[in-house]
Amino acid sequence: MPFETTIRAFAAALAEPSAAPPAMTLGRMGAPDLRRFSVYRNNVAVGLIGAIEARYPVSRRLAGDDLFRAMARAFVQSHRPRSPVMIAYGEEFPEFLAGCDRLEACLVDVARLENAWVEAYHAKDASVATVAELAALSPENLPRARIVFHPAARLLRFVTPAASVWASAQNCEPPAAPIETPGEDALITRPDCDVRVRVLPPLAYDFALQLRQGATLIEAAQALDDPAFDFGTHLVGLVESGAVARVIPGQSS
Amino acid sequence: MTVVDRRPSTGLATRSVGVGFKAEHFEAIVDTAPKLGFFEVHAENYMGAGGAPHRRLDKIRELYPLSLHGVGLSIGSPGPLDRAHLQRLAAVARRFEPALVSEHLAWSTHEGAFFNDLLPLPYTDETLARVAEHIDEAQNALGRTMLLENPSTYVLFAESTWGETDFLREIARRTGCGLLLDVNNVFVSAINHGREPERYLADFPLEAVGEIHLAGYAEDADDAGLPLLIDAHDSPVRESVWALYEAALGRLGATPTLIEWDNDLPDWPMLLGEARRAERVVDKTANSAERVDAV
Repeated sequence: MPFETTIRAFAAALAEPSAAPPAMTLGRMGAPDLRRFSVYRNNVAVGLIGAIEARYPVSRRLAGDDLFRAMARAFVQSHRPRSPVMIAYGEEFPEFLAGCDRLEACLVDVARLENAWVEAYHAKDASVATVAELAALSPENLPRARIVFHPAARLLRFVTPAASVWASAQNCEPPAAPIETPGEDALITRPDCDVRVRVLPPLAYDFALQLRQGATLIEAAQALDDPAFDFGTHLVGLVESGAVARVIPGQSS
Repeated sequence: MTVVDRRPSTGLATRSVGVGFKAEHFEAIVDTAPKLGFFEVHAENYMGAGGAPHRRLDKIRELYPLSLHGVGLSIGSPGPLDRAHLQRLAAVARRFEPALVSEHLAWSTHEGAFFNDLLPLPYTDETLARVAEHIDEAQNALGRTMLLENPSTYVLFAESTWGETDFLREIARRTGCGLLLDVNNVFVSAINHGREPERYLADFPLEAVGEIHLAGYAEDADDAGLPLLIDAHDSPVRESVWALYEAALGRLGATPTLIEWDNDLPDWPMLLGEARRAERVVDKTANSAERVDAV
Protein backbone atom coordinates (compact mmCIF):
# COMPACT_ATOMS: atom_id res chain seq x y z
CA MET A 1 0.00 0.00 0.00
CA PRO A 2 1.44 3.45 -0.86
CA PHE A 3 2.80 5.40 2.13
CA GLU A 4 0.43 8.32 1.52
CA THR A 5 -2.63 6.02 1.47
CA THR A 6 -1.68 4.46 4.81
CA ILE A 7 -1.06 7.77 6.58
CA ARG A 8 -4.23 9.29 5.11
CA ALA A 9 -6.29 6.39 6.49
CA PHE A 10 -4.55 6.64 9.86
CA ALA A 11 -5.14 10.41 10.07
CA ALA A 12 -8.80 10.05 9.07
CA ALA A 13 -9.40 7.39 11.75
CA LEU A 14 -7.67 9.57 14.37
CA ALA A 15 -9.94 12.51 13.63
CA GLU A 16 -13.16 10.48 13.78
CA PRO A 17 -13.78 9.12 17.32
CA SER A 18 -16.30 6.46 16.22
CA ALA A 19 -14.23 5.12 13.28
CA ALA A 20 -12.86 1.57 13.39
CA PRO A 21 -9.06 1.24 13.65
CA PRO A 22 -7.49 1.33 10.16
CA ALA A 23 -7.35 -2.09 8.48
CA MET A 24 -3.58 -2.02 7.91
CA THR A 25 -2.77 -1.49 11.64
CA LEU A 26 -2.09 -4.70 13.53
CA GLY A 27 -2.05 -5.77 17.16
CA ARG A 28 -0.48 -8.97 18.44
CA MET A 29 -3.35 -11.09 17.11
CA GLY A 30 -2.47 -9.92 13.57
CA ALA A 31 -5.61 -7.78 13.22
CA PRO A 32 -6.67 -4.18 13.94
CA ASP A 33 -7.05 -3.64 17.70
CA LEU A 34 -9.32 -0.87 18.94
CA ARG A 35 -7.69 -0.42 22.33
CA ARG A 36 -4.27 -0.10 20.74
CA PHE A 37 -5.41 2.44 18.16
CA SER A 38 -7.30 4.29 20.89
CA VAL A 39 -4.00 5.05 22.63
CA TYR A 40 -3.16 7.37 19.73
CA ARG A 41 -6.66 8.85 19.63
CA ASN A 42 -6.55 9.40 23.37
CA ASN A 43 -3.07 10.97 23.25
CA VAL A 44 -4.30 13.49 20.69
CA ALA A 45 -7.47 14.38 22.64
CA VAL A 46 -5.77 14.55 26.06
CA GLY A 47 -2.91 16.64 24.66
CA LEU A 48 -5.17 19.18 22.99
CA ILE A 49 -7.62 19.44 25.91
CA GLY A 50 -4.62 19.79 28.23
CA ALA A 51 -3.34 22.68 26.11
CA ILE A 52 -6.69 24.49 26.48
CA GLU A 53 -6.78 23.83 30.24
CA ALA A 54 -3.23 25.19 30.58
CA ARG A 55 -4.04 28.33 28.57
CA TYR A 56 -7.27 29.12 30.46
CA PRO A 57 -6.71 28.18 34.14
CA VAL A 58 -8.97 30.86 35.64
CA SER A 59 -11.78 30.23 33.14
CA ARG A 60 -11.54 26.57 34.14
CA ARG A 61 -11.82 27.45 37.83
CA LEU A 62 -14.84 29.70 37.16
CA ALA A 63 -16.63 27.13 34.98
CA GLY A 64 -15.76 24.11 37.11
CA ASP A 65 -13.69 21.17 35.83
CA ASP A 66 -16.54 19.16 34.29
CA LEU A 67 -18.17 21.98 32.32
CA PHE A 68 -14.80 23.34 31.21
CA ARG A 69 -13.59 19.95 30.03
CA ALA A 70 -16.79 19.40 28.05
CA MET A 71 -16.34 22.78 26.35
CA ALA A 72 -12.64 22.14 25.70
CA ARG A 73 -13.46 18.72 24.24
CA ALA A 74 -16.02 20.25 21.88
CA PHE A 75 -13.55 22.97 20.89
CA VAL A 76 -10.64 20.63 20.09
CA GLN A 77 -12.95 18.41 18.01
CA SER A 78 -13.83 21.33 15.74
CA HIS A 79 -10.54 23.30 15.93
CA ARG A 80 -7.56 21.07 15.16
CA PRO A 81 -4.13 22.72 15.38
CA ARG A 82 -2.68 23.85 12.04
CA SER A 83 0.85 24.33 13.38
CA PRO A 84 3.28 22.28 15.47
CA VAL A 85 3.87 25.41 17.57
CA MET A 86 1.32 24.73 20.30
CA ILE A 87 2.08 28.07 22.02
CA ALA A 88 -0.50 29.62 19.69
CA TYR A 89 -3.11 26.84 19.96
CA GLY A 90 -6.44 27.76 21.51
CA GLU A 91 -6.53 31.47 20.71
CA GLU A 92 -9.98 30.99 19.14
CA PHE A 93 -11.40 29.43 22.31
CA PRO A 94 -12.96 32.67 23.69
CA GLU A 95 -14.86 33.22 20.42
CA PHE A 96 -15.95 29.58 20.52
CA LEU A 97 -17.27 30.15 24.06
CA ALA A 98 -19.08 33.31 22.92
CA GLY A 99 -21.03 31.13 20.50
CA CYS A 100 -22.16 28.73 23.23
CA ASP A 101 -25.69 29.11 24.61
CA ARG A 102 -26.40 29.88 28.27
CA LEU A 103 -22.79 30.61 29.15
CA GLU A 104 -22.03 33.45 31.60
CA ALA A 105 -20.80 36.52 29.69
CA CYS A 106 -18.16 36.94 32.37
CA LEU A 107 -16.64 33.55 31.52
CA VAL A 108 -16.20 34.60 27.89
CA ASP A 109 -14.58 37.87 28.99
CA VAL A 110 -12.20 36.12 31.40
CA ALA A 111 -11.19 33.71 28.62
CA ARG A 112 -10.47 36.69 26.35
CA LEU A 113 -8.31 38.18 29.09
CA GLU A 114 -6.42 34.91 29.56
CA ASN A 115 -5.77 34.58 25.83
CA ALA A 116 -4.41 38.14 25.69
CA TRP A 117 -2.26 37.33 28.75
CA VAL A 118 -0.64 34.37 26.92
CA GLU A 119 -0.08 36.49 23.80
CA ALA A 120 1.62 39.15 25.92
CA TYR A 121 3.71 36.49 27.69
CA HIS A 122 5.18 35.20 24.41
CA ALA A 123 5.37 38.57 22.59
CA LYS A 124 8.59 39.89 21.10
CA ASP A 125 11.04 41.50 23.51
CA ALA A 126 11.34 45.30 23.19
CA SER A 127 12.40 48.19 25.36
CA VAL A 128 9.76 50.53 26.81
CA ALA A 129 9.62 54.31 26.87
CA THR A 130 10.16 55.89 30.29
CA VAL A 131 8.51 58.87 31.93
CA ALA A 132 11.93 60.57 31.95
CA GLU A 133 12.15 60.23 28.16
CA LEU A 134 8.65 61.63 27.88
CA ALA A 135 9.56 64.61 30.08
CA ALA A 136 12.56 65.33 27.88
CA LEU A 137 10.37 65.97 24.84
CA SER A 138 9.70 69.62 24.11
CA PRO A 139 6.12 70.50 25.15
CA GLU A 140 5.22 72.14 21.84
CA ASN A 141 5.97 68.89 19.97
CA LEU A 142 3.86 66.75 22.29
CA PRO A 143 0.31 67.38 20.96
CA ARG A 144 1.27 66.11 17.51
CA ALA A 145 3.30 63.18 18.89
CA ARG A 146 2.32 59.60 18.03
CA ILE A 147 2.75 56.44 20.08
CA VAL A 148 4.40 53.17 19.13
CA PHE A 149 2.95 50.52 21.42
CA HIS A 150 5.09 47.77 22.96
CA PRO A 151 4.61 44.38 21.20
CA ALA A 152 3.12 42.84 24.36
CA ALA A 153 0.55 45.61 25.01
CA ARG A 154 -3.10 44.49 24.70
CA LEU A 155 -6.23 46.66 25.11
CA LEU A 156 -9.44 44.94 26.15
CA ARG A 157 -13.03 46.15 26.66
CA PHE A 158 -15.34 43.88 28.62
CA VAL A 159 -19.11 43.97 29.16
CA THR A 160 -18.45 42.44 32.61
CA PRO A 161 -15.95 43.21 35.41
CA ALA A 162 -13.74 40.47 34.00
CA ALA A 163 -10.40 41.89 35.10
CA SER A 164 -11.52 42.08 38.75
CA VAL A 165 -13.05 38.60 38.58
CA TRP A 166 -9.87 37.25 36.97
CA ALA A 167 -7.70 38.86 39.67
CA SER A 168 -9.84 37.59 42.56
CA ALA A 169 -10.10 34.08 41.09
CA GLN A 170 -6.31 33.64 40.77
CA ASN A 171 -5.86 31.71 43.96
CA CYS A 172 -9.27 31.35 45.53
CA GLU A 173 -12.79 30.25 44.76
CA PRO A 174 -14.81 32.49 42.46
CA PRO A 175 -17.50 34.80 43.92
CA ALA A 176 -20.68 32.77 44.35
CA ALA A 177 -23.28 35.40 43.39
CA PRO A 178 -23.66 36.74 39.84
CA ILE A 179 -21.81 40.00 39.41
CA GLU A 180 -24.00 43.03 38.68
CA THR A 181 -21.26 45.64 38.41
CA PRO A 182 -20.52 47.36 35.10
CA GLY A 183 -18.03 46.31 32.48
CA GLU A 184 -14.32 47.03 32.76
CA ASP A 185 -11.58 48.10 30.36
CA ALA A 186 -8.19 46.51 30.84
CA LEU A 187 -4.63 47.03 29.69
CA ILE A 188 -2.16 44.13 29.57
CA THR A 189 1.55 44.91 29.44
CA ARG A 190 4.82 43.04 29.78
CA PRO A 191 7.56 45.64 30.06
CA ASP A 192 10.15 42.99 30.98
CA CYS A 193 9.16 39.36 31.64
CA ASP A 194 6.24 39.74 34.01
CA VAL A 195 2.77 40.17 32.53
CA ARG A 196 0.68 42.88 34.24
CA VAL A 197 -3.07 43.40 34.03
CA ARG A 198 -4.57 46.73 35.09
CA VAL A 199 -8.10 48.08 35.03
CA LEU A 200 -8.24 51.34 33.08
CA PRO A 201 -10.00 54.52 34.29
CA PRO A 202 -12.91 55.92 32.22
CA LEU A 203 -11.96 57.08 28.69
CA ALA A 204 -8.42 55.64 28.90
CA TYR A 205 -9.36 52.71 26.65
CA ASP A 206 -10.89 55.01 24.02
CA PHE A 207 -7.87 57.31 24.14
CA ALA A 208 -5.38 54.43 23.82
CA LEU A 209 -7.41 52.87 21.02
CA GLN A 210 -7.23 56.15 19.04
CA LEU A 211 -3.46 56.23 19.58
CA ARG A 212 -3.14 52.60 18.53
CA GLN A 213 -4.97 53.47 15.30
CA GLY A 214 -2.34 56.12 14.56
CA ALA A 215 -3.90 59.32 15.93
CA THR A 216 -1.67 62.04 17.38
CA LEU A 217 -2.13 62.81 21.08
CA ILE A 218 -4.23 65.87 20.40
CA GLU A 219 -6.36 64.08 17.80
CA ALA A 220 -6.94 61.20 20.22
CA ALA A 221 -7.91 63.57 23.04
CA GLN A 222 -10.26 65.63 20.84
CA ALA A 223 -12.00 62.49 19.57
CA LEU A 224 -13.18 61.81 23.12
CA ASP A 225 -15.39 64.91 23.16
CA ASP A 226 -14.67 65.60 26.87
CA PRO A 227 -13.21 69.05 27.57
CA ALA A 228 -12.00 67.90 30.99
CA PHE A 229 -9.89 65.08 29.50
CA ASP A 230 -6.19 65.59 30.28
CA PHE A 231 -4.15 63.65 27.75
CA GLY A 232 -0.90 64.29 29.65
CA THR A 233 -2.06 62.33 32.70
CA HIS A 234 -3.30 59.46 30.56
CA LEU A 235 -0.12 59.39 28.50
CA VAL A 236 1.98 59.18 31.67
CA GLY A 237 -0.27 56.33 32.82
CA LEU A 238 0.31 54.42 29.58
CA VAL A 239 4.07 54.97 29.74
CA GLU A 240 4.29 53.98 33.42
CA SER A 241 2.41 50.77 32.71
CA GLY A 242 4.97 49.75 30.09
CA ALA A 243 2.51 49.90 27.19
CA VAL A 244 4.59 52.34 25.14
CA ALA A 245 7.70 51.39 23.19
CA ARG A 246 8.40 54.85 21.76
CA VAL A 247 6.93 58.35 21.54
CA ILE A 248 7.52 59.89 18.13
CA PRO A 249 7.57 63.68 18.56
CA GLY A 250 5.38 65.72 16.21
CA GLN A 251 6.97 68.27 13.87
CA SER A 252 6.30 71.83 15.02
CA SER A 253 4.57 73.75 12.27
CA MET B 1 33.44 -6.22 26.84
CA THR B 2 32.03 -4.88 23.58
CA VAL B 3 32.39 -1.15 24.05
CA VAL B 4 31.48 0.27 20.66
CA ASP B 5 33.70 2.84 18.96
CA ARG B 6 32.96 5.16 16.00
CA ARG B 7 30.18 6.75 18.01
CA PRO B 8 28.71 10.08 16.82
CA SER B 9 30.24 13.08 18.54
CA THR B 10 27.49 15.04 20.29
CA GLY B 11 29.33 17.82 22.04
CA LEU B 12 28.28 16.33 25.40
CA ALA B 13 30.70 14.45 27.64
CA THR B 14 29.99 10.73 27.27
CA ARG B 15 29.39 10.32 31.01
CA SER B 16 26.99 13.27 31.27
CA VAL B 17 23.50 12.74 32.62
CA GLY B 18 20.82 15.37 31.99
CA VAL B 19 17.20 16.18 32.78
CA GLY B 20 14.33 17.51 30.70
CA PHE B 21 13.98 21.19 31.67
CA LYS B 22 10.59 22.45 32.86
CA ALA B 23 9.79 26.06 33.82
CA GLU B 24 8.31 24.77 37.11
CA HIS B 25 11.83 23.74 38.21
CA PHE B 26 13.62 26.90 37.10
CA GLU B 27 13.88 28.56 40.53
CA ALA B 28 15.08 25.38 42.23
CA ILE B 29 17.73 24.82 39.55
CA VAL B 30 19.05 28.38 39.60
CA ASP B 31 18.95 28.58 43.43
CA THR B 32 20.77 25.29 44.02
CA ALA B 33 22.93 25.11 40.84
CA PRO B 34 23.23 21.30 40.99
CA LYS B 35 26.12 19.59 39.22
CA LEU B 36 24.47 18.08 36.14
CA GLY B 37 25.64 17.13 32.65
CA PHE B 38 23.02 18.97 30.57
CA PHE B 39 19.40 20.02 30.16
CA GLU B 40 17.15 19.09 27.26
CA VAL B 41 14.15 21.08 26.01
CA HIS B 42 11.41 20.57 23.46
CA ALA B 43 12.30 22.96 20.64
CA GLU B 44 8.67 23.92 19.96
CA ASN B 45 8.29 25.45 23.43
CA TYR B 46 10.83 28.12 22.46
CA MET B 47 9.27 29.12 19.15
CA GLY B 48 7.40 32.06 20.65
CA ALA B 49 8.62 35.58 19.80
CA GLY B 50 10.18 36.36 23.19
CA GLY B 51 9.42 36.80 26.87
CA ALA B 52 10.03 34.66 29.94
CA PRO B 53 10.57 31.28 28.19
CA HIS B 54 13.51 32.67 26.20
CA ARG B 55 14.90 34.45 29.24
CA ARG B 56 14.77 31.28 31.37
CA LEU B 57 16.46 29.18 28.71
CA ASP B 58 19.18 31.83 28.25
CA LYS B 59 19.93 31.43 31.95
CA ILE B 60 19.92 27.60 31.81
CA ARG B 61 22.14 27.75 28.72
CA GLU B 62 24.56 30.02 30.59
CA LEU B 63 24.90 27.41 33.36
CA TYR B 64 24.68 24.06 31.49
CA PRO B 65 25.11 22.44 28.07
CA LEU B 66 21.81 22.14 26.19
CA SER B 67 20.18 19.48 24.04
CA LEU B 68 17.40 20.51 21.65
CA HIS B 69 14.70 17.87 21.13
CA GLY B 70 12.17 18.55 18.35
CA VAL B 71 8.69 17.05 18.65
CA GLY B 72 6.94 18.62 15.63
CA LEU B 73 8.99 18.22 12.45
CA SER B 74 7.03 15.14 11.30
CA ILE B 75 10.05 13.47 9.69
CA GLY B 76 7.99 10.31 9.15
CA SER B 77 5.39 12.02 6.91
CA PRO B 78 4.83 10.95 3.31
CA GLY B 79 4.46 14.59 2.27
CA PRO B 80 7.20 17.26 2.22
CA LEU B 81 8.60 18.67 5.46
CA ASP B 82 7.04 21.90 6.70
CA ARG B 83 9.75 24.33 5.53
CA ALA B 84 8.57 27.13 7.81
CA HIS B 85 8.78 24.80 10.78
CA LEU B 86 12.24 23.60 9.79
CA GLN B 87 13.35 27.24 9.61
CA ARG B 88 11.91 27.84 13.08
CA LEU B 89 13.85 24.83 14.40
CA ALA B 90 17.04 26.12 12.78
CA ALA B 91 16.43 29.56 14.31
CA VAL B 92 16.01 28.09 17.82
CA ALA B 93 19.24 26.10 17.28
CA ARG B 94 21.08 29.25 16.16
CA ARG B 95 19.85 31.21 19.13
CA PHE B 96 20.58 28.69 21.90
CA GLU B 97 23.54 26.82 20.34
CA PRO B 98 22.69 23.37 21.72
CA ALA B 99 25.31 20.64 21.96
CA LEU B 100 22.98 18.36 19.98
CA VAL B 101 19.68 18.36 18.11
CA SER B 102 17.35 15.37 17.93
CA GLU B 103 13.97 14.41 16.44
CA HIS B 104 11.73 11.34 16.15
CA LEU B 105 11.07 8.50 13.74
CA ALA B 106 7.39 9.45 13.65
CA TRP B 107 4.88 11.72 11.95
CA SER B 108 2.60 14.33 13.53
CA THR B 109 1.31 16.47 10.64
CA HIS B 110 -0.83 15.39 7.69
CA GLU B 111 -2.03 17.87 5.06
CA GLY B 112 -1.50 20.79 7.39
CA ALA B 113 -3.35 19.27 10.36
CA PHE B 114 -1.09 18.85 13.41
CA PHE B 115 -1.99 15.87 15.61
CA ASN B 116 0.24 16.74 18.58
CA ASP B 117 1.40 13.13 19.00
CA LEU B 118 4.26 10.99 17.68
CA LEU B 119 2.50 8.68 15.25
CA PRO B 120 3.85 5.46 13.71
CA LEU B 121 4.76 4.70 10.10
CA PRO B 122 5.21 1.50 8.11
CA TYR B 123 8.75 0.37 7.42
CA THR B 124 9.12 -0.19 3.65
CA ASP B 125 11.61 0.79 0.92
CA GLU B 126 9.33 3.72 0.08
CA THR B 127 9.09 5.06 3.63
CA LEU B 128 12.83 4.54 4.16
CA ALA B 129 13.63 6.67 1.10
CA ARG B 130 11.23 9.39 2.24
CA VAL B 131 12.51 9.52 5.82
CA ALA B 132 16.12 9.65 4.54
CA GLU B 133 15.24 12.59 2.25
CA HIS B 134 13.63 14.42 5.15
CA ILE B 135 16.65 13.89 7.40
CA ASP B 136 18.99 15.10 4.64
CA GLU B 137 16.87 18.23 4.28
CA ALA B 138 16.73 18.82 8.05
CA GLN B 139 20.48 18.30 8.49
CA ASN B 140 21.19 20.70 5.61
CA ALA B 141 18.91 23.37 7.12
CA LEU B 142 20.46 22.89 10.56
CA GLY B 143 24.00 22.74 9.23
CA ARG B 144 24.74 19.79 11.50
CA THR B 145 23.97 16.10 11.96
CA MET B 146 21.05 15.23 14.18
CA LEU B 147 19.97 12.23 16.24
CA LEU B 148 16.82 10.25 15.37
CA GLU B 149 14.87 8.57 18.20
CA ASN B 150 13.34 5.07 18.07
CA PRO B 151 9.58 5.28 18.79
CA SER B 152 7.17 3.72 21.27
CA THR B 153 4.53 1.98 19.15
CA TYR B 154 1.15 0.43 19.90
CA VAL B 155 0.41 -1.02 16.44
CA LEU B 156 2.42 -2.54 13.59
CA PHE B 157 1.65 -2.15 9.86
CA ALA B 158 0.67 -5.01 7.59
CA GLU B 159 2.84 -3.66 4.75
CA SER B 160 6.08 -3.32 6.74
CA THR B 161 8.96 -5.24 5.15
CA TRP B 162 11.78 -3.91 7.37
CA GLY B 163 12.34 -4.53 11.05
CA GLU B 164 12.63 -1.30 13.06
CA THR B 165 16.29 -1.82 14.04
CA ASP B 166 17.34 -2.56 10.43
CA PHE B 167 15.31 0.45 9.26
CA LEU B 168 17.10 2.72 11.75
CA ARG B 169 20.51 1.26 10.82
CA GLU B 170 19.88 1.95 7.14
CA ILE B 171 18.61 5.51 7.84
CA ALA B 172 21.77 6.25 9.81
CA ARG B 173 23.95 4.73 7.06
CA ARG B 174 22.27 6.71 4.26
CA THR B 175 22.04 10.07 6.02
CA GLY B 176 24.95 10.04 8.45
CA CYS B 177 22.55 10.92 11.26
CA GLY B 178 23.10 9.53 14.74
CA LEU B 179 20.48 7.70 16.78
CA LEU B 180 18.85 8.49 20.08
CA LEU B 181 18.26 5.20 21.89
CA ASP B 182 15.15 5.60 24.03
CA VAL B 183 15.41 2.61 26.37
CA ASN B 184 11.88 3.13 27.68
CA ASN B 185 10.58 3.05 24.10
CA VAL B 186 12.54 -0.16 23.50
CA PHE B 187 10.85 -1.76 26.49
CA VAL B 188 7.36 -0.41 25.70
CA SER B 189 7.44 -1.43 22.02
CA ALA B 190 8.96 -4.85 22.71
CA ILE B 191 6.32 -5.76 25.31
CA ASN B 192 3.53 -4.33 23.12
CA HIS B 193 4.57 -6.53 20.20
CA GLY B 194 5.37 -9.63 22.24
CA ARG B 195 9.14 -9.52 21.82
CA GLU B 196 12.19 -9.63 24.09
CA PRO B 197 13.50 -6.12 24.87
CA GLU B 198 17.02 -7.58 25.17
CA ARG B 199 16.68 -8.97 21.66
CA TYR B 200 15.68 -5.56 20.24
CA LEU B 201 18.69 -4.05 21.98
CA ALA B 202 21.00 -6.74 20.58
CA ASP B 203 19.75 -5.89 17.07
CA PHE B 204 20.01 -2.10 17.55
CA PRO B 205 22.75 -0.25 15.59
CA LEU B 206 24.60 0.79 18.72
CA GLU B 207 27.50 2.24 16.73
CA ALA B 208 25.25 5.18 15.80
CA VAL B 209 23.91 5.98 19.29
CA GLY B 210 24.72 9.49 20.53
CA GLU B 211 22.24 9.80 23.40
CA ILE B 212 19.98 7.67 25.59
CA HIS B 213 16.52 8.58 26.94
CA LEU B 214 14.95 7.11 30.08
CA ALA B 215 11.35 7.69 31.20
CA GLY B 216 8.40 6.09 32.95
CA TYR B 217 5.60 4.12 31.24
CA ALA B 218 1.98 3.37 32.17
CA GLU B 219 0.25 -0.03 31.92
CA ASP B 220 -2.95 -0.96 30.10
CA ALA B 221 -4.24 -3.93 28.09
CA ASP B 222 -5.28 -4.42 24.44
CA ASP B 223 -8.47 -5.99 23.00
CA ALA B 224 -7.06 -9.47 23.63
CA GLY B 225 -6.24 -8.62 27.26
CA LEU B 226 -2.51 -8.66 26.50
CA PRO B 227 -0.27 -6.08 28.18
CA LEU B 228 -0.19 -2.70 26.47
CA LEU B 229 2.43 -0.28 27.80
CA ILE B 230 2.01 3.45 27.23
CA ASP B 231 4.95 5.85 26.84
CA ALA B 232 3.53 8.27 29.41
CA HIS B 233 6.53 10.24 30.77
CA ASP B 234 4.53 10.78 33.96
CA SER B 235 6.34 8.63 36.54
CA PRO B 236 9.76 7.34 37.66
CA VAL B 237 11.82 5.10 35.39
CA ARG B 238 10.72 1.48 35.98
CA GLU B 239 13.07 -1.15 37.40
CA SER B 240 12.76 -3.15 34.16
CA VAL B 241 13.98 -0.12 32.18
CA TRP B 242 16.85 0.54 34.61
CA ALA B 243 17.99 -3.05 34.08
CA LEU B 244 17.78 -2.69 30.30
CA TYR B 245 19.68 0.63 30.54
CA GLU B 246 22.47 -1.06 32.47
CA ALA B 247 22.65 -3.78 29.83
CA ALA B 248 22.74 -1.12 27.07
CA LEU B 249 25.56 0.80 28.76
CA GLY B 250 27.45 -2.46 29.22
CA ARG B 251 27.57 -2.76 25.44
CA LEU B 252 27.76 0.95 24.55
CA GLY B 253 30.07 2.31 27.21
CA ALA B 254 29.21 5.66 28.81
CA THR B 255 26.66 7.59 26.72
CA PRO B 256 24.94 10.94 27.45
CA THR B 257 21.70 10.01 29.18
CA LEU B 258 18.52 12.02 29.74
CA ILE B 259 15.72 11.59 32.28
CA GLU B 260 12.43 12.61 30.61
CA TRP B 261 9.43 13.53 32.74
CA ASP B 262 6.79 15.63 30.95
CA ASN B 263 3.46 15.02 32.71
CA ASP B 264 2.43 15.02 36.40
CA LEU B 265 5.76 16.70 37.16
CA PRO B 266 7.55 15.73 40.37
CA ASP B 267 9.34 18.25 42.56
CA TRP B 268 12.91 19.07 41.57
CA PRO B 269 14.68 16.90 44.21
CA MET B 270 12.82 13.80 43.03
CA LEU B 271 13.71 14.45 39.39
CA LEU B 272 17.33 15.12 40.32
CA GLY B 273 17.27 11.83 42.25
CA GLU B 274 16.45 9.98 39.02
CA ALA B 275 19.43 11.66 37.34
CA ARG B 276 21.69 10.71 40.26
CA ARG B 277 20.62 7.09 39.89
CA ALA B 278 21.52 7.19 36.17
CA GLU B 279 24.92 8.65 37.11
CA ARG B 280 25.53 5.70 39.44
CA VAL B 281 24.73 3.27 36.61
CA VAL B 282 27.13 5.17 34.31
CA ASP B 283 29.88 5.06 36.98
CA LYS B 284 29.32 1.36 37.66
CA THR B 285 29.40 0.28 34.00
CA ALA B 286 32.31 2.62 33.17
CA ASN B 287 34.34 1.28 36.10
CA SER B 288 33.67 -2.32 35.16
CA ALA B 289 34.61 -1.52 31.53
CA GLU B 290 37.89 0.00 32.76
CA ARG B 291 38.64 -3.10 34.83
CA VAL B 292 38.05 -5.31 31.82
CA ASP B 293 40.29 -3.05 29.73
CA ALA B 294 43.01 -3.36 32.36
CA VAL B 295 43.05 -7.16 32.27
